[in-house]
Amino acid sequence: MMNHTLKNPCKVSPGTIIKGKWHGNQYTIIKELGFGANGVVYLAKGRNGQVALKMSTNGMSITSEVNVLKSFAKVQGTPTLGPSLLDVDDWEVNRSKISFYVMDYLQGIDFLSFIEQKGKSWMPILILQLLNDLANLHDNGWVFGDLKPENLIVTGPPPKIRCIDVGGTTVRGRAIKEFTEFYDRGYWGLGSRKAEPSYDLFAVAMIMINTAYPKRFKKTIGGLKQLTEAICQKPELTKFNKVMIKALQGHYSTAIQMRTELLAQLTQPKQDDRKQPSAVPITKKSNKSAKSSPPLSRQHYRKTKKRKGWMDFFVILAFLGALYGFYIFTKLL
Amino acid sequence: MYTGKLRQVLLITDGCSNQGEDPIAMAALAKEQGITVNVIGVMEHDVIDEKGMTEIEGIAASGGGVSQIVYAEALSQTVQMVTRKAMNQTIQGVVNRELQQILGRSKTMEDLPPEKRGEVMEIVDELGETVDLEVLILVDTSASMKTKLPTVKEALLDLSLSLNARTGENLFSVYAFPGKRADVEKLLDWTPNLQSLTSIFSKLSTGGITPTGPALRAALSSFNQKPSLRSLLASDDESYFEESM
Repeated sequence: MMNHTLKNPCKVSPGTIIKGKWHGNQYTIIKELGFGANGVVYLAKGRNGQVALKMSTNGMSITSEVNVLKSFAKVQGTPTLGPSLLDVDDWEVNRSKISFYVMDYLQGIDFLSFIEQKGKSWMPILILQLLNDLANLHDNGWVFGDLKPENLIVTGPPPKIRCIDVGGTTVRGRAIKEFTEFYDRGYWGLGSRKAEPSYDLFAVAMIMINTAYPKRFKKTIGGLKQLTEAICQKPELTKFNKVMIKALQGHYSTAIQMRTELLAQLTQPKQDDRKQPSAVPITKKSNKSAKSSPPLSRQHYRKTKKRKGWMDFFVILAFLGALYGFYIFTKLL
Repeated sequence: MYTGKLRQVLLITDGCSNQGEDPIAMAALAKEQGITVNVIGVMEHDVIDEKGMTEIEGIAASGGGVSQIVYAEALSQTVQMVTRKAMNQTIQGVVNRELQQILGRSKTMEDLPPEKRGEVMEIVDELGETVDLEVLILVDTSASMKTKLPTVKEALLDLSLSLNARTGENLFSVYAFPGKRADVEKLLDWTPNLQSLTSIFSKLSTGGITPTGPALRAALSSFNQKPSLRSLLASDDESYFEESM
């Protein structure tokens, strides 16, 4: 209904001057940087140089994103979470009102192009950087939500990964605000859409898969099976299959756990890599037989198993309790 | 402040109604009862004609909801987006009314300076997360929809996944039209989970006329029936099962 008619006012041509209603700052549009469901981002010239300006006729989504950026600004010493917010205002044009906000212009190349240009060896390194940033984000009570290569750029040199679109960023514990199917665990039938760290970590594993399948792929059988098969078919991914599959299953509760294990995988002596056949069918069996797996991870495996046992016990207890409650309830009636 | 629940009808169709009352009028009737009507028009290879398009937009406009025309592949994303958007619209409407009472007539959220707007937005977000929601899904099963029904089923399962991640309670109910005997047939009574749709959808037969208006009217009446005690208990058990995942 509205989408068609509202799309146009946000399309402005280079040279247009945007003047804020409340704060009076002026910005000259240089070019369009990109557009999404919630608005258009432009490169613009402000008083103090180049900035990125996002505008949308949906004032709500702008306000929402500004809230996220503001709360990032409150976190001390973490300039890496997202771009910093410079200005928020409304632009009145042709009797309609367009909300916009202004942020740092982060110059860089998008994630997938960077890896294509500089080589696949950069992939795990950038992922390590990303996991660090995510850990920080999660610690501050947020989940990124719509994590995908399009929302990641690499600035530098030295190369540093940055998240650029906070439209999907959600308070921990709430329902994910925005997502993209390929990176969404709900789409693959591997979990809920609750904003929790493991939701982002699933998306990280999917981004890793995406680097080997630039065109992505459709869901066929779905579930873990299709994704593990996809990993197995690409030698550049099989190196990381243990970490990736754990992330896909939601076994990491923090980004740091995943980072530590990914790092361990990367710094392993080379010969171990060669010992492992490149296309092992990965199931629990391969986990056990892999000679290279350090004792620590095996212990961890047993621990999770134990924990699972307790979980089962409580679930059964809760279920029996519920049944008993129901029984009493019907008796009372 | 606002303690009621949000009530929505989600109409999924691929064309024009051809029997019975005017669906646009029925949508207006729904709005009068505080029920929002959203419409999704599904295309496949065919295109929805001008007349169908106007009707789809008209129903949503008079039902106070959102409409969107999509290709079948994009249905999942759209269904949850439309539902969310309509929820936010309703909540904003409520918040704006509250604001008008405090700040005077013509003030809405948009008239506040950006700093204040942020604070109000937090309240809107909070409500969107915690408010209880009832969605009545009305699926067009006329002959042309036959090939699209599996996609519709997927999209509805996906919707319940999205909404059940919220803290607030959700209840869904599914109706198909035309029904075997009447204009509309109940497929699923009020339930917090749409999982049971899978078996029902495979048995669904398609064909016949498209009585959108009468179907809307019939569906509206089910909002007034309280969900049964049994469905409340079922929701209790469900949450225990979820723990085991």
